[in-house]
Amino acid sequence: MIRTHVMVCGGTGCTSSDSPAICAAMQKELEAKGIAEEVKIVQTGCFGLCALGPIMIVYPDGTFYTQVTVDDVAEIVEEHLLKGRPVSRLVYDEVAEGHKVEGSVSLNDTAFYKSQLRLALRNCGVINPENIDEYIAMDGYSALGKCLTEMSREDVIKVITDSGLRGRGGGGFPTGRKWLFAAGGEPGTKKYVVCNADEGDPGAFMDRSILEGDPHAVIEAMAIAAYAIGADEGYVYVRAEYPIAVKRLSIAIAQAREYGLLGNGIFGTDFNFDLKIRLGAGAFVCGEETALLNSIEGMRGEPRPRPPFPAVKGLFGQPTIINNVETYANIPQIILKGAEWFNTIGSEKSKGTKVFALGGKIRHTGLVEVPMGTPLSTIINEIGGGIPGGKKFKAAQTGGPSGGCIPASLIDTPVDYDSLIAIGSMMGSGGLIVMDEDNCMVDIAKFFLTFTVDESCGKCTPCREGTKRMLEILDRITEGKGEEGDIERLEELAYTIKATALCGLGQTAPNPVLSTIRYFRDEYEAHIRDKVCPAHVCQKLARYEIVADKCKGCSLCSKKCPVGAISGVIKNPFVIDQSKCIKCGACMESCKFGAIIKN
Amino acid sequence: MKSLAELAAIREKMKNTVNLREGDGKMRVVVGMATCGIAAGARPVLNAFVDQVASADLTDKVNVTQTGCIGICEYEPVVEVFEAGKEKVTYVKMTADKVAKVVEQHLKGGKPVAEYTIGNN
Repeated sequence: MIRTHVMVCGGTGCTSSDSPAICAAMQKELEAKGIAEEVKIVQTGCFGLCALGPIMIVYPDGTFYTQVTVDDVAEIVEEHLLKGRPVSRLVYDEVAEGHKVEGSVSLNDTAFYKSQLRLALRNCGVINPENIDEYIAMDGYSALGKCLTEMSREDVIKVITDSGLRGRGGGGFPTGRKWLFAAGGEPGTKKYVVCNADEGDPGAFMDRSILEGDPHAVIEAMAIAAYAIGADEGYVYVRAEYPIAVKRLSIAIAQAREYGLLGNGIFGTDFNFDLKIRLGAGAFVCGEETALLNSIEGMRGEPRPRPPFPAVKGLFGQPTIINNVETYANIPQIILKGAEWFNTIGSEKSKGTKVFALGGKIRHTGLVEVPMGTPLSTIINEIGGGIPGGKKFKAAQTGGPSGGCIPASLIDTPVDYDSLIAIGSMMGSGGLIVMDEDNCMVDIAKFFLTFTVDESCGKCTPCREGTKRMLEILDRITEGKGEEGDIERLEELAYTIKATALCGLGQTAPNPVLSTIRYFRDEYEAHIRDKVCPAHVCQKLARYEIVADKCKGCSLCSKKCPVGAISGVIKNPFVIDQSKCIKCGACMESCKFGAIIKN
Repeated sequence: MKSLAELAAIREKMKNTVNLREGDGKMRVVVGMATCGIAAGARPVLNAFVDQVASADLTDKVNVTQTGCIGICEYEPVVEVFEAGKEKVTYVKMTADKVAKVVEQHLKGGKPVAEYTIGNN
């Protein structure tokens, strides 16, 4: 009889820090101690606290271990699983701290989880994603059953419309309205449902985590969508760079077929539905819905002009709805709990929750889910644990290469679709990159623009040529060759591209530049006029100098300098010849006395 | 899957399994499992509790866990029952045979088995 469940995170982050080896070692150790019959190891999806992985939770006591290694396994088995004494040195700091003070602290009381509301991620870290029975135990597939046996197609669309659910992939289009568009037409028309799991924003991994941690939720929701619009075939378009997600999804589809939850005559009704997986080959533009459709059809991943919209003329020319993974993950619960329940969560025009992938200069890198409208400061300072190393918050970047930077003065902005648009950023798919005083905003803009230049498919001129020209100007600015009028030139190009590019990728590509100009214009001006990078990031603008008082004249730096720019007499202060210096920084690294500074 | 009843049957069957992972607000049966407890026979007691809580359909109300040394080694195996808002009950010198009565009378019926508690031993 099983008395204890050991949940080990099998998300991508923890897998790469060796969680499979931990599971194997633990199984061996349990057998050696003769308690393999009493303790079950469950490999789950992501718990969210990726920075502290590999994560392990022991139930029923709920002990939360972080940064577990294979070497810790024997101790955990001997002390905790056999003798009931949690290994305190591995317990998550905050929980351990609480134990000392109050005697017992639940995981849900920690700052990281307290302000979160996990709807889309509700099963991640709770169930074994490779076991359909565990999903069913968490009310899985009841929503599909309810739709097929109790609700008409119109009822389903009405619930989704009334719930106020909006697309989580970036645009925020009302999901119910999209379904309604596709539901019309002649009876018997061939239709498709598609799941967009081509998550490409740098730093975003919420869709991957949902597919890895709760794949059945997506399958169930796609079946519900198919029923609502009258489709019988679906595609999940997922990037090939997500092998664990693809594997778990394949297992889940096979299990659903075996149970008759995919296939013909589901729940004894005349509803038929089946699903296929299509792997993306890594082009960012294929996350754009029309390019994605082309890619599924076996054509080049280039966007199509809209209209016609996919709901009218989509995959293989047939009416198609395309929703994002996270959007789908919300749907079964909305069906079961009702539109009114969903309406009580979130802000006025953005209902429900949003998952964010926290990255950059933040203590708790990981995955968090909060009600829409939660202030950015809560996400960064409370859940994310603030900026490490006592540095100051400078900006947060949301929306990836399509979004913008939010400066410190706006840190209390409620995070929802409309508030973010109003301040020149956007929700995007939910990447949230935090920057501190050591980040140069011109460099950040250049980073995102480099990404879009690389990923532009080349079909339309504004995106292909325009973003390239913008990048050239940014390159110039960061190399100290900026000219008066560059900022205005950037803005002019940006607005032209936004107005004329064919698809969402091009139309939003200038956003990182525009938002950094809007909030950090002084940094651009410092680069252009004073040839200085205030954050000391832009290499070409750096100026290395030797502080005469601190220099002992050891000559080490002059030996390290690859271009012979440093000269001097032993035991006397050395000097850097700025005309020869290539700003490589080798001298600063080599100096043992901290006598070389970077300005 | 031909019917909702089939789905419900799987859900019921699996509930006992996943209930183990929900701790908040439940009654907790804690078995002392330090060296002294194990030597005195705490392991069969723990397993008997796990078995019988499941067969009595109490997994959604009761969690069975273990702890280290409670500090009264001569009374081992020691089992403590915690319930929100109530004083904890400490059973001592437990055996697997005594478990049935605790499950029936205390965990199910809400009345501690006085004869097994520390006050009467």
